[in-house]
Amino acid sequence: MTQPSDNAAATPVGAAATPVGAPAATGTAVPAVRVSGVTKTFGTRAGVVHALSDVDLTLAPGEFAALIGPSGCGKSTLMRVIADLESATSGTVEVFGKAAATARADQDYGIAFQQAGLLPWRTVAANVALPLELHGLGRGERKARVAELLEMVGLSDFAGHHPDQLSGGMQQRVAIARSLAEQPRLLLMDEPFGALDEMTRERMQAELARICAETGAAVVFVTHSIPEAVFLADRVVVMSPRPGRITGEVVTGIGRDVPRDDALREDRDFFAKVTEVREALHGTPVTGSGREAR
Amino acid sequence: MSSASATGAPPGWTRIGRVAAPVVVGLVGLAVWQFLVSVVEVSPYLLPGPAEIAEEWRANADAIREAFWITGTNAFIGLVGGTLVGVGLAAIASSARWAEGMLAPVVAGLAVVPIVALAPVLNSMYGADSEYGRRVIAGIAAFVPVYVNSVRGLHQTTALHRDLMRAYAASPGQRFRTLTLPSAAPYVLTGIRVASSLAVISALVAEYFGGPRGGLGSFISTSAATSAYARAWAYVAAAIVLGLVAYVVTALLERLVQRLLPTGALT
Repeated sequence: MTQPSDNAAATPVGAAATPVGAPAATGTAVPAVRVSGVTKTFGTRAGVVHALSDVDLTLAPGEFAALIGPSGCGKSTLMRVIADLESATSGTVEVFGKAAATARADQDYGIAFQQAGLLPWRTVAANVALPLELHGLGRGERKARVAELLEMVGLSDFAGHHPDQLSGGMQQRVAIARSLAEQPRLLLMDEPFGALDEMTRERMQAELARICAETGAAVVFVTHSIPEAVFLADRVVVMSPRPGRITGEVVTGIGRDVPRDDALREDRDFFAKVTEVREALHGTPVTGSGREAR
Repeated sequence: MSSASATGAPPGWTRIGRVAAPVVVGLVGLAVWQFLVSVVEVSPYLLPGPAEIAEEWRANADAIREAFWITGTNAFIGLVGGTLVGVGLAAIASSARWAEGMLAPVVAGLAVVPIVALAPVLNSMYGADSEYGRRVIAGIAAFVPVYVNSVRGLHQTTALHRDLMRAYAASPGQRFRTLTLPSAAPYVLTGIRVASSLAVISALVAEYFGGPRGGLGSFISTSAATSAYARAWAYVAAAIVLGLVAYVVTALLERLVQRLLPTGALT
């Protein structure tokens, strides 16, 4: 809710699915993320699995990119490689011009997963405070920052509750507040709304869009929901499995200044983009309409 | 929980009932016991009456208190020692799979050590006037459940939480303090609760097999040997009290830790 809603003004700029490895990022600043020639293989009992094959991705500061694709396309692996939770078998990963491991040590990103992953023995406030506590922020500042974050996700009244007293959606909001604790310029999110029901999910999407607009952070957002990707992202990166690779990109053209609300979901251009992403996913034009639930 | 309480009963009644029910059962038991002894006239050799036992308790109050103290100290030292070693070894075992594999047979061996066989050996090792052997036995008995539960507890961290700690670039010490230890705490405490009863029983039984006179176990055996059955029973009652005290203390400790843990650093 940054601006009054004027749905008619939502005029997505048409952009065809661009071919592999053509980053849409522009600007002279150091990119938030630069992934070049990354390959990731896992050795399993059944043989070598190519989770990622020669992936290139560049993300400008403040840009919101959604990674989408079927299961096993390596979208989560790509995010984990950027987070330095996995190391690439070959290729380079840079976050704000630094090696991924350095960026992790410097806490240049915030992260959220499909499961909230709150520590059940800590209160909501103590959970949000965890990264601040680990990195030695003083008690007073910590308290102020936590209050601010809980305000942002609308959970101020639940600061003293424990995670098991909250609904799934509320827990996920706590996890998002925690990922924002250190004001990261990059957010990595692995299907953060994947376990939520549709209604909660749509509300959370709107909330995330608002928070991103407020903080100006770049986002790598893994999802398998086409409408979610189009709704949130500046750019939808389409991936395909075996081996995991980027097969296309769709620039949504929905500006940052366009409010992410229900009006946008009904927008004709929004549907056009959903169709475009779906076609990029399937590789062929798809007939029939309606949007997929997931 | 309180399914037995009538649906129409006011909430106060269920609480009274929860306390009153076991008390009533205990009193009825004692009454039946006294009835068997004084009216049916069961031989006092077979079963001395509760009144008689209470009389003996009163007559030997000082001796019982002293014996209670000696056995209690042995059990307590054994429990603390066994707990420290158990948690320490569990920490080592959980750090590496090979360490756990190495320790597993040792622990399995310790778990089946017969007190009956070990007590005389330790008594002659440390000398007949040393309480040390008994403490070692209590420690071995306490060690096993603490170790087994702690190993289990230290494996309770989830992949998600480990990812999170890695993303936060937490040091190994921070990770242990903020994640591994709190995840393990409920398991460790369950181990200690089980161990407390075992430590008391082991300290008591160890007294049957030589060593200095003075504990509850020694007095039970000497009283029984001199046909002072009521006195033997008085000491048995004291041993039961000791076991219950140990259990209640560790249960309270468990509750205390569980209440302290959730607060985290803030609030």
